[in-house]
Amino acid sequence: MHPAYSVIFFTVSSGIGFGMLMIAGGLAAIGRMPIDGVFGFVVMAAALATAAAGLLSSTLHLGHPERAWRALSQWRTSWLSREGIAAIATFPTALLFGWGWVIAGSLAFPYACAGGIAALLALATVYSTGKIYQSLVTIRAWHDSLVTPVYVALALASGALWLAVIARALNYADPAMTHLPIGLLVLGWLMKWRYWVRRDTDTGGPTVGTATGLGRDGTPVRLLESPHTQENFVMREMGYRIARKHAVKLRRVAQVLAFALPIVLTGLAMLPAMAGWPALAFSLLAAALGTIGIATERWLFFAEARHAVTLYYGAERA
Amino acid sequence: MTALPEETTKALGLVIDLDTCVGCHACAVNCKEWNTGGHSAPLTDEDPYGGDTVGVWFNRIHAFEVGEGDMGRTVHFPRSCLHCETPACVTVCPTGASYKREADGIVLVDEDLCIGCKLCSWACPYGAREYDHDAGVMKKCTLCIDRIYNENLPEAERVPACVSTCPAGARHFGDLSDPASAVSELVAARGGFDLMPELGMKPTNKYLPPRPRTNTRKEADSAGPMEQAGGFLGLLDRVFSR
Repeated sequence: MHPAYSVIFFTVSSGIGFGMLMIAGGLAAIGRMPIDGVFGFVVMAAALATAAAGLLSSTLHLGHPERAWRALSQWRTSWLSREGIAAIATFPTALLFGWGWVIAGSLAFPYACAGGIAALLALATVYSTGKIYQSLVTIRAWHDSLVTPVYVALALASGALWLAVIARALNYADPAMTHLPIGLLVLGWLMKWRYWVRRDTDTGGPTVGTATGLGRDGTPVRLLESPHTQENFVMREMGYRIARKHAVKLRRVAQVLAFALPIVLTGLAMLPAMAGWPALAFSLLAAALGTIGIATERWLFFAEARHAVTLYYGAERA
Repeated sequence: MTALPEETTKALGLVIDLDTCVGCHACAVNCKEWNTGGHSAPLTDEDPYGGDTVGVWFNRIHAFEVGEGDMGRTVHFPRSCLHCETPACVTVCPTGASYKREADGIVLVDEDLCIGCKLCSWACPYGAREYDHDAGVMKKCTLCIDRIYNENLPEAERVPACVSTCPAGARHFGDLSDPASAVSELVAARGGFDLMPELGMKPTNKYLPPRPRTNTRKEADSAGPMEQAGGFLGLLDRVFSR
């Protein structure tokens, strides 16, 4: 699948925003958030700005962005529609939560409750994003039960990394915020590892034989002639292929940047000797590298995915 | 509405005979010609006279090599929308622009509702949907709804453009939900099959397999060398054999 930068930016950026909101809202709901207007403002501004930037970039690749509102109508069948509704419902709830935290200076009943609901709606948004991909039977690499859990785990991990940076910058060393990235990154790494192993050992899926019906009895079928000399929309959108050796290299890069280094750096920031500026620096580096790593992972998620339609253009298995 | 109809009154579709298709692309050309002025008009071509032409077509003709050695053969393979019974392209649509008609089962796009998100093209295993960058909307085969119900056309011409133009008679149009229809009988008689049935789209269009080969090289060889002719013909043979 063609790795479109607008979609990669959207899922990474809104992943950070909704992930941070899940954690901040969740911690507020259980009374683990400091009632501090400045801290609250920075967290809410960062979360809502990254989530909104991602959502806006997702409308940029539309043919008719001015009709984007119509995408909220088909929630009964479409995960894309559900994602839009959940994303839009998240904002007023999050604003009520933010109002309490920043302006009213309270995380008592209505506001803590709004924080909890905003966290659940943010979770629903990221879950729907994962399901958009997972529900497509045409792309075997995406029609995998780990796709949605990985989306949720990486949104939480990236949100946690940046929340830890804000907490360190404003001197809130609550382990619920500063230690959380490690657990989430380990969880995300394990799931992504399991996913890659499963993809690499998968031998099923449609073949050129079933796509044409001419090889149903095992007769070999090969593309002899393409219908057209130039690439068409289908080939450009669905026919993107990445060389195996590049994919292996990029998987290593993604694992080092998204998981290994942020885990080590977050651990270093936790050492008593590193308190203060060094801890903030390590935390910031962990979040920055983690974001680049997750963007690499997201690029690979598209580049490695093969669409069934490629069987009509020379692929043997998809 | 992207919810699929419980059942459709008819299941209009095509039956494509891979035995008789000669790969002439006439169906694709006539499809383009009709539809660039039809329901989804225009079928935009970008940079039509340049080196990097991209255009919207509803019908594409591939050629495959099937079997090996003496049993190998070339099979021409027209590919277009199969107007599936459970089309994922419809259910993933967030706006309701994609829909399947209850009356005849035809899958269409309402271009006034389409936001051009392209998700339907990801959901279709058959590559039936092509995006029109110029119009910013997705386009697809309409089964020529502007022909098959067109009372301005003589009745014999009320078939999809691809069917009307096929010089080999390899394309057939009809109601596949009616077991007594000519197309259903053809499918039953020839062992018509679905493309990628494992993906669960339940395509309406059916493909007929190439007939088994009868003129294998083995039979041709068994004719052996010709016997030497005598008399005048033998003389001619010797003269021309020099």
